[in-house]
This record gives sequence, C-alpha cells and structure tokens, in this order.
Amino acid sequence: MAQKKVIALTGNQAAAEAMRQINFDIAAVYPISPQTELMGFFAEYVANGEVDTEMIAVDGEHSAMAACIGAAAAGARVITASAGPGIAYMVENLYVASGMRLPIVLLDVNRALSAPLSIHCDHADSMLTRDSSWISLFSENAQEAYHNIIMATKISEKALFPIIVNYDGYIVSHSIEDVEILDDETVRNFVGPSDIHRIPYPLLDIKKPVTYGATAQPDYYTECKYQQHVDFLKVYDIVREVFDEFAEIADVKYDFIEEYKTDDAEYIGISMGSSFGTLKDVVDILREQGKKVGAIKIRLFRPFPVKEVAEALSKAKGVAVLDRADSFDGIGGPLFKDISTAVMMSQNRPFIHNFIYGLGGREVKEEDFLKAFDRLERLEKGIETRDRFVEYLQVRE
Amino acid sequence: MAKKRPIALLSELASHKETFGGDMPLAPGHRMCIGCGIPPIVNEVLLAVDKPTVVATATGCLEVTTGVYPVTAWNTPWIHVNFQSTGAVIGAIETAYKVLKKKGVIKDDEDIEFVAFGGDGGTYDIGFQSLSAAVERGHNFLYVCYNNEGYQNTGYQKSSATPIGAYTKTTPVGKARVGKQEPRKDLTMIMASHGIPYVAQASPHVFRDITKKVRKALSFKGPKFINVLQPCTLSWRFSPEDTMRLAKLAVETLYWPVYEVINGRYWKVNIKPKRVKPIEEYIAAQPRWKHVLKYPEIVEKIQKEVEEKWNLLLHLEEMSKKLAEDEGIDYEELFKAPEDKK
Ligand SMILES: Cc1ncc(C[n+]2csc(CCOP(=O)(O)OP(=O)(O)O)c2C)c(N)n1
Ligand code: SF4
Ligand SMILES: [Mg+2]
Repeated sequence: MAQKKVIALTGNQAAAEAMRQINFDIAAVYPISPQTELMGFFAEYVANGEVDTEMIAVDGEHSAMAACIGAAAAGARVITASAGPGIAYMVENLYVASGMRLPIVLLDVNRALSAPLSIHCDHADSMLTRDSSWISLFSENAQEAYHNIIMATKISEKALFPIIVNYDGYIVSHSIEDVEILDDETVRNFVGPSDIHRIPYPLLDIKKPVTYGATAQPDYYTECKYQQHVDFLKVYDIVREVFDEFAEIADVKYDFIEEYKTDDAEYIGISMGSSFGTLKDVVDILREQGKKVGAIKIRLFRPFPVKEVAEALSKAKGVAVLDRADSFDGIGGPLFKDISTAVMMSQNRPFIHNFIYGLGGREVKEEDFLKAFDRLERLEKGIETRDRFVEYLQVRE
Repeated sequence: MAKKRPIALLSELASHKETFGGDMPLAPGHRMCIGCGIPPIVNEVLLAVDKPTVVATATGCLEVTTGVYPVTAWNTPWIHVNFQSTGAVIGAIETAYKVLKKKGVIKDDEDIEFVAFGGDGGTYDIGFQSLSAAVERGHNFLYVCYNNEGYQNTGYQKSSATPIGAYTKTTPVGKARVGKQEPRKDLTMIMASHGIPYVAQASPHVFRDITKKVRKALSFKGPKFINVLQPCTLSWRFSPEDTMRLAKLAVETLYWPVYEVINGRYWKVNIKPKRVKPIEEYIAAQPRWKHVLKYPEIVEKIQKEVEEKWNLLLHLEEMSKKLAEDEGIDYEELFKAPEDKK
C-alpha cells in the first residue's frame, strides 16, 4: 500500500516533486513567469543527483518543444513546462509532436498572452493548444496538479499522444497548500521504468531504421489525419483507465468532469482551474438562499467530455459558462463553444450564457459569480434580455 | 560546358556496393533534381561514418524529397521536425541516448553517431539560434550545412548565404537594384568563433576531403560543423552535368576556400589552387549571377571580398602554426585524419 505524507507546497513545488518522483529522462527548460521557479526547484534535484534526468537548457520554447520531440522520438521520457508567450512560441511544434504520435508531458502554468504584457493568469495560452491534438488536463489546485502530472505521464504513453497539464499561474503555482504526496516507489511503479520500447518505433532502435517527419502529399495527408482523428477518440477510454488505476494508489477517484450539487440543479455554472473553489462557495451561498444551483468543473479539456457534460446538463434550465479567455469572434469564449456543443446533445437543451472573467490575473470574488448566476436566471426567465451570448463579468466600462 | 566528368554519377555510386561498403545511407529513388549537389554530399558524409547513425534534417529540398509518405529514401534512422530547430532536435536525441545509456536502457556497446543536415536557410537564418545554442551546450553531434545559397525549396529566395548581386525571387534584377544588395554572411567563421572542436568548409567535388573531414570531426567529442557548398542546378541555372564543375570552379577561384579549424584556434587551408582562376569565370557559369559582369563595381566588390577572406585565412594558418609551436603542439599531427595519426 502506498505511503503518503502531507506537506505544505506551492503548485510549482508540487509539480517539481512529481517530476522528481517520475524521474523523467529529459527535461527541456526555458524560463518564463510563472513557470520559472518550477524548473529552478527541479534543477536543484538535478544538481544534487536526486534524479537521473538530463536537463537541456534550450534557447527558447520553440527549441524546447523541438528537443522534446527529438528525445521522445529517440525513446526517452520527456517533459517541458512553460506559460503564456512561451506556449505561443512553441505552437508550431505542438502540432508536430501530436502528428508524430509522441508521448510528451507539457506543463502549462497558465498565463495571459501579450499585448498588453501580463505575467498573470488566464487561459488564453492553453486555448492556443486546443485544436492541436494534445490531450489536456486542467488542475484546480496544487494537489490536482501533482496528481495530474503523474497520471499524464501514463496517459500520454498509453495513448501515444502528447499531453498538457494546466495549472493557474500564481494562483496555484505560487500559493502554498497542503499536498498529499505519494511515496517515490509507488509513483515509479505506477509510471514504469524508462524503456525506448514504450513507443513502437524508437529512433534509437538502430536495427530498425525508421523515418519520422516525412512529408505527405494530398494523396495521403487526409489518411494520416484520419488515423490521428480515430485514435484521439480512443483517448477517452485510456484516460478513464488511468484514472481508475490511479484511484488504487491515491484513494481519489477522478472523472472527466467534477459535478457539485448538480443532481437537482436548475442553474449550473461551469469553469476550469482554480476558480472552481470560488464557484462551489457561491453554489453553497445560493443553496442557503433556497436556490437550486450547481457547478461543473472540466478536468479533461481535450478530448472534450461532450457526452458527460451533456448528461450533467440534461435536467438544467440554464447554464453559465465561465471562460477565462476571450475568442474575440462575436460568438463567445472557447469553453462556451464546447459547452454549446454539449448542450446541443443534451436532452432538454438548457438556456446558455457566457461570462468572461479573470483575465490577466484579475482576482475572482464570490460576488462576481453571484452576479453571473443572477444574470443567468433573469435571462432564462425572460426578466432581462440580451443582445449577445457573451458578457464580461468584471470590467470598468 | 565541360564534357569531362571527374566524379561518377549518383546512380553509378549507388551500384558500387563493394566500393562504398554496403547500401547507400540515402538510397536512389528520392525526388531531388537531376544534377542536384545534395545527394552526393549526404552520401559522402554518411558513408564516412562507420557506426550506426541517427540523422536529423531541417525542412528544405533534402527533406521534402527523401521522406515522402509512405516511402522513404533513408536507410538509417531519420527525423525531420521543422525548418528552424534542427540543432535542438539532434542535440536532444544525443542527450536522450546519453541518459538512456547511463540508465542501462541502451547497452554500453551500442555506439551511435548523430548527424544533422540543414540547408543554408535552415542554418544561416531561421535555424541559427537553435544551432548556436546546441553547439554552446556541447552536445556530441556533427552538423552539415548543404549550402546552395538560397531558399531553394520555396523556389529560390535570398538567404544570408546568397552572394552580393545574385538574382533571387526576393532580390530581382531591376532598373533601380541589381540583385542582392549585401555580401554573404560567413557562417563558417561564426561557427569557428564558438570555439567548438571542429569546423570546416568543404566542396563535394573532392569527396576524399569530405570523407577525411567527417572522420576527423567524429574523432572529437562535442559539436562539429561542416559547411559544404552545394551547386543547385535548378536555381543557379547550369546544366545538370556541370554540378561538380561548378563546385570545383568555386574552389579554384577562391570563392569557396576549403579549410578546417580546430577548437576555433588552429586553422588549416586544405586546397591552395596553383593557378587561381578569375572570379568572372565562376560568375559567368551561373545565369542567376552573371548579369553582375555588366557592373564592374559589383564584380570589384566580389573580388575584394574573396581576396580579403583568402588572405585572412592564409594569415590565420600562419598564425596557427606559430601558436601551435609556442604551445608545443605538433601542428601537422593535429590535422591528421584519425587513421593517419601516429
Ligand atoms: C517556419 C517556417 N517558415 C518557412 C517555411 C517555408 N520553407 C520551407 S523550406 C524553405 C527554404 C529552405 O531553404 P534552405 O534551408 O536553404 O534549404 P533548401 O530548400 O535550399 O534545400 C522555406 C522558406 C517553413 N517550412 N517553416
Ligand atoms: S532546387 Fe536545387 S537544391 Fe533543390 S533539389 Fe533542385 S537542384 Fe537540388
Ligand atoms: Mg538553400
């Protein structure tokens, strides 16, 4: 049975601890706030010989992802971490990584995109990755970030797709919480040892020369993408399998989404990341006032758990989608579109409205989400009207 | 143009298994232009490596023509990630190999070499940062730039390796401007300034020289860089049978000195033409460039650039001999190929 201990750690420290325990073969690193100190913590482990990991301090995030691709194709277990502009800089290579079907773990310590420059949290960076065929998990707190990294390593290798673990910059990365840490042996057994044959075609298997990164003409490109499409749909089952296996060592049973008091809820708020704690508090406040409200957190963001969300919304009257990023497209935030798709598939197609909040680190208060529920209910009941689906929650106009 | 062919055609090379020790690393059947200088360069380099080799390649003519799904011309493990981070890719593969060996995942007796190929665009320009950084980190690999002095895969635009006055699609010859306005960048010198174990310039028409250079390069641990001039029949617009003649002319006119540098400190010029040919002869052989012959001031600039660089190299060589002597190092021994060493 796994030994556990509870220690006070920041999100970045918890992530570094997971990295130490997994003992990745390669970590490609490049500094950017709020990720920077994570790799600083990890560098200490490397410097003290506590891991076998080779750190490659590259010249930028584009090279960081290229290094991950090269090393992963070689057969190594690899990780990198970044935020905001760093994620934007590596986007070209994200598509290369998934197209080559390489297991890679990327930690996105969520940060806003410039301009204006902001080092603080929102989810715009991660939204750049949403169509890249990377698996994507969001973490609410340091505990989940720690667990997600361990599970992600295994999910990625089973699925042969790269994976992103998101946790909110500063709010999670720099806040101290109690984190329950598993013992090293349990984690190492869970992920298994380094082995180039974890992937079917390692470059370093010199007896079987393989070609990675060929061009494909119009006669084959579609078939390549179709294979990717079909296999990405298999990721749901793999994620569930790994969540189940993880439950056996960590005593937490994760699911694609987390539901809070949704059973009889008429109005449901949906968010991702650290704001879910505030959202649950708001549900409690409203419940005390006799309102039937609930909340949903998206843990598995890609592939999107559209069936599970549709099911969870099947009895609701109204849904408030809380987006920590804008799409600037006249429709709504990125999460709003995903939830809208789920609503299309749900039984009674609840009323849906979109709120943008928490941009560039804007603090989220209970009163903000109270406002969202209030507006949602009035809109749904026809007391108020709207001329667009999306509204900013916290703004000085 | 010349009828004499000093070097066999690729198809002949490919059929000479006994001469070239087994299958060609880059098999015939790829889609490069007839007469392209790239295939002989790649095979000359890879045939000189006597260990299993993992190859990385930047986006460009070599890459798009050799791995075309679902077939491949590569008889060796090969990867292409993108245009600009081939330095990071080859460095990371080598690091993966090192750490997996340390962990016992890869057996001790499995020795692998790591070689990267990039065009001048992918090396001088967009990939320079990644290459410079990989070299600074000291990974153990050989990077070979096949330099055709332009972005050929996209139809011939200028790169920083394109010479002054040359026509490209982004530097056309017009009434107000004659081709590229700036002289070419000297990447070999810049790589030598990194102080890495081995840097060289080579030309495909002397493949014994390339073989020696590759063997020598691989006898050093750490990053190695070889810049090879590669005549491009399509864009330089000479006939396919003249590829090696063009390469030879570049050396005989001092346009492309063939030399090597050890540790960024010791220089040696490998080919000193007995009779230097006028630069005009080399320029005249290339329709992409020969319009400059109508502009004496441009030719003068080219002549000056070439002479100054040549003089500098000769001085660096002399200086290196003295330096070696002062340090008690045998200069000649330093430059010997591993098999010729005492
Ligand atoms: C990021 C990016 N920018 C631009 C391109 C388009 N592109 C592909 S190959 C190429 C030129 C390559 O030139 P070079 O490196 O000299 O190789 P060559 O084609 O001459 O062999 C360009 C501009 C690309 N593939 N990726
Ligand atoms: S365009 Fe030039 S470099 Fe490219 S394949 Fe043809 S000859 Fe070779
Ligand atoms: Mg080129």
